[in-house]
Amino acid sequence: MSELLQFLFSGLTVGAVYALVALGFTIIYNASDVVNFAQGEFVMLGGMITWFAHAAGLPLPLAALIAIVATAALGVAINKLAIEPARGAPVVSLIIITIGASVFLQGAAQLVFDKQIHSFPAFSGDTPLRIGGATIQPQSLWVIGGALLVFVGLWLFFTRTLLGRAVLATSNNRLAAQLVGINTNFVMTLSFALSAGIGALAGVLATPITLTAYNVGIGFALKGFAGAMLGGMGNPKGALAGGFLIGLIEALTAGYLSSTYKEAAAFVVILLVLFFMPQGLFGRKSTERV
Amino acid sequence: MPKLTAKSATLLVLAALIAVTPFFFPSGYYYRIGALIFVNGLAVTGIVILTGYAGQISLGHAGFAGIGGYACALAPTHLGLHPSLAVVLGAVISGVLAYLVGRPILRLKGYYLAVATLGFGILVSMVLNNERRLTGGPDGIAVPELGLRGLLKDWGLDLTNGEFWYFFCGLVLLIGAWIALNLHQSPSGRALRALHGSEIAAGTVGIDVARVKLQAFVISAVYASVAGSLVALQNKFITPDVAGFMHSIEMVTMAVLGGAGSVLGAIFGAGILTLLPQALTVFAEYEQLVLGLVMMLVMIFLREGLLPSILRKLRGRGE
Amino acid sequence: MKKILTTTVPAALIALGLAGAASAEIKIGASVSATGPAAFLGDPEAKTLEMLVEELNAKGGINGEQVELVLYDDGGDANKARTFATRLIEDDEVQAIIGGTTTGTSMSILAVAEDAEIPFISLAGAIDIIQPVKPFTFKTPHTDRMACQKIFEDMQKNGIQKIGMISGTDGFGASMQAQCKDVVGEYGIEIAADETYDPRDADMTAQLTKIRNTEGVQAVLNPGFGQGPSIVTRNYRQLGIELPLYQSHGVASDGFIELAGQQAAEGVRLPGTALLVADLLAEDDPQKPVVTAYKTAFEAKFKEPVGTFGGYAHDGFALLVDAVTRAGSAEPAAIRDALEQTSGLAGTTGIYTMSAEDHLGLDLSAFRMLEVKDGSWSIVE
Repeated sequence: MSELLQFLFSGLTVGAVYALVALGFTIIYNASDVVNFAQGEFVMLGGMITWFAHAAGLPLPLAALIAIVATAALGVAINKLAIEPARGAPVVSLIIITIGASVFLQGAAQLVFDKQIHSFPAFSGDTPLRIGGATIQPQSLWVIGGALLVFVGLWLFFTRTLLGRAVLATSNNRLAAQLVGINTNFVMTLSFALSAGIGALAGVLATPITLTAYNVGIGFALKGFAGAMLGGMGNPKGALAGGFLIGLIEALTAGYLSSTYKEAAAFVVILLVLFFMPQGLFGRKSTERV
Repeated sequence: MPKLTAKSATLLVLAALIAVTPFFFPSGYYYRIGALIFVNGLAVTGIVILTGYAGQISLGHAGFAGIGGYACALAPTHLGLHPSLAVVLGAVISGVLAYLVGRPILRLKGYYLAVATLGFGILVSMVLNNERRLTGGPDGIAVPELGLRGLLKDWGLDLTNGEFWYFFCGLVLLIGAWIALNLHQSPSGRALRALHGSEIAAGTVGIDVARVKLQAFVISAVYASVAGSLVALQNKFITPDVAGFMHSIEMVTMAVLGGAGSVLGAIFGAGILTLLPQALTVFAEYEQLVLGLVMMLVMIFLREGLLPSILRKLRGRGE
Repeated sequence: MKKILTTTVPAALIALGLAGAASAEIKIGASVSATGPAAFLGDPEAKTLEMLVEELNAKGGINGEQVELVLYDDGGDANKARTFATRLIEDDEVQAIIGGTTTGTSMSILAVAEDAEIPFISLAGAIDIIQPVKPFTFKTPHTDRMACQKIFEDMQKNGIQKIGMISGTDGFGASMQAQCKDVVGEYGIEIAADETYDPRDADMTAQLTKIRNTEGVQAVLNPGFGQGPSIVTRNYRQLGIELPLYQSHGVASDGFIELAGQQAAEGVRLPGTALLVADLLAEDDPQKPVVTAYKTAFEAKFKEPVGTFGGYAHDGFALLVDAVTRAGSAEPAAIRDALEQTSGLAGTTGIYTMSAEDHLGLDLSAFRMLEVKDGSWSIVE
């Protein structure tokens, strides 16, 4: 029993990071139908900038805040400079643009920072909490709590605020949204800022557990993307569920079957789900316009 | 000037390039670069059929390259096949696998198709990495000599290793391009291109959408597989990198950057992206920065790809 | 159209060639993985080579001749490494090559170097690189097998008979895992649990729980490099596992203690090199001056702790300089012969004595069993 609990803790910790990345994917996808493969780099930047600022002598909360704000600003810049000018481009071009942005940010990070692995102290110390014979690091609770809070915040934003509904309207039909007076450019800017900020937050929360380096982004992007697709792209509920599911599948496979093929298990599940539910677990049906 | 068909013009340009550029090579190293461009060009020609003609995305085609490559490493030692037959075996396995995997996943669209193909590629590379007893794991495995160079030598044609692979890969690329161009003009090719416009519209005019998509997927898998085999045979060594996610991305980027709509454009893209890292070694620290920038800029400003955009500029000036 | 392409492409090719051309008497090539998944290994190697060449030239070079280093980054990709090896030999016309951060890239480079009869000093671990002996290929790191042997020797001394292994699935971890499983029987030790993790994994508690719950496990061994072993070490303490934890030489650096956290790293053992315990070496230790000089210079210049891998590059370069000096010539064949006659050369990794049958020239004594005590490395007697 304590064994199962330990596997669940492991899965939830990792799953929460994936869920945060998946939520970031969702926001941008909702506003622009773009899957932003540079999402993982936001996580990397969150961690690296915080480490850098902290190492330069700033207190950790301030360093984290700087990292989140700076990354959000970078997200807006990517939108303005790379995504908006490419409006209407086919999916494959958009994939290449965002992967290009990802490669670019990695290249910049290795120049500005370095190629070493870094970390900073956990927020509430390193003494593990014992629950039912299993242990969990206090930092894991920060990450899991962060993922849940961001989800609730987004849910309230999208359903309870005018601005949030404007974002949803834009995602459903951009032209119609413009016609009813929604400033779709502002919606895009906001979405990129939000998404990059959430990515950076994931990096800030996760770095004491996962450690960070200039090249960790692509791994987060792949898992987060997989999580978002598993849940159904565009649905925050799906992103949350998908992220946690992948984390749990990996941990349980590692625990009970084979650690070598735990990632394979995650991708097999994704393939199976997509065979039977081509829109993911919570995805909306979409029709192609001729 | 007599009017050439687009097909023969493309093949002529390619053949001329392959034959003439060696006269300008300052050292043997350039044969290696040329051979790499041709191998990448071959893989990318497959992407033209899948993405350029049929409008489908794959982020997992390196998986097929991995199968082709490891077929050349494993079939000769375990099955006693001649390396040239191992290439064929790899292509058959890739084709069959593409058929089996393609049937369910090609129902998916856009990003869902992207993640499904991505998953497939990752599974292949995971098997190559983890089944150490068979594949040698991440350290890689030796690949037997093709033996064709020795044969040519007996016939009186003595080429260096670099020269041999340059011309051999060039020849395979020409054949690959010829097949792709023929396909373009065939009825199936027209059906494929109809898909690219709109699947629903293609369906309503009586095209068997699922079958045509599957065809494109299988053919492109075979291209990737043969390209993987050529890399393995040329290097006489192979590692699971060949099946890695970044290699899949590289293939798609080469095709789209150069112009996925045409064979020549895609091969041009393969050339540019193969040369770029070689040219950037002087500023090695900036390599990733520049590569990322090039990917973004070309896709934003030259949406059809480099070659079509350049040609349009040239034509515009001529008039 | 045709004309434009046929003239511009060769012109571009020629321009590429010119970029690399410069004249120096002794030209050394290097292809290391300064970026990509093995960047953690290759980056310090690249830095070390650049630093040493600069130092050497400032001191007047070898036999009065300046040395030029042509350094390429293969990103850990075997195919790229082969291309760069071809470029170094055919285009840059170097007299010797150092590099091949990973086993895969080393195998690629050595094929080209052997064909062209250019001496090549590999920086990767696998024994296959030098066994069977290839005339022009040498290497500086001890083999993975030696690391396993050193660890198992120590376990044997402590009466450990049953262990659990948790290995990274990257080249380094997988290769060492295989070698350890191969050699473990000779020490009467049984591997009761054999787990792996992906180098990008963030949490290994699931695998460690499985190992902990395996009947009779007395110690745990973790072959790997990069952040993985740090996370394993933290998770190990988090789960409150009290068994001895052995890491590999892949994390032999002060950086490991910092990343794993002093508390978690306390008591971890690994087979390391003299480099990590420069201050603790006896005054008459022949490695002391070499190790101290390298450590001081590297840490002053790059503001990061030295590690085993940069040390490999240091030793590769030292071997080469020694060989060229003794040969009195920079002809590839002469360098090769001199390399094979290397005798008693003190490097950071160990003391090298090569022969026609041994192109590594290190034995188990090159490894020192180290343990983290009070937050820093100490030598286990």
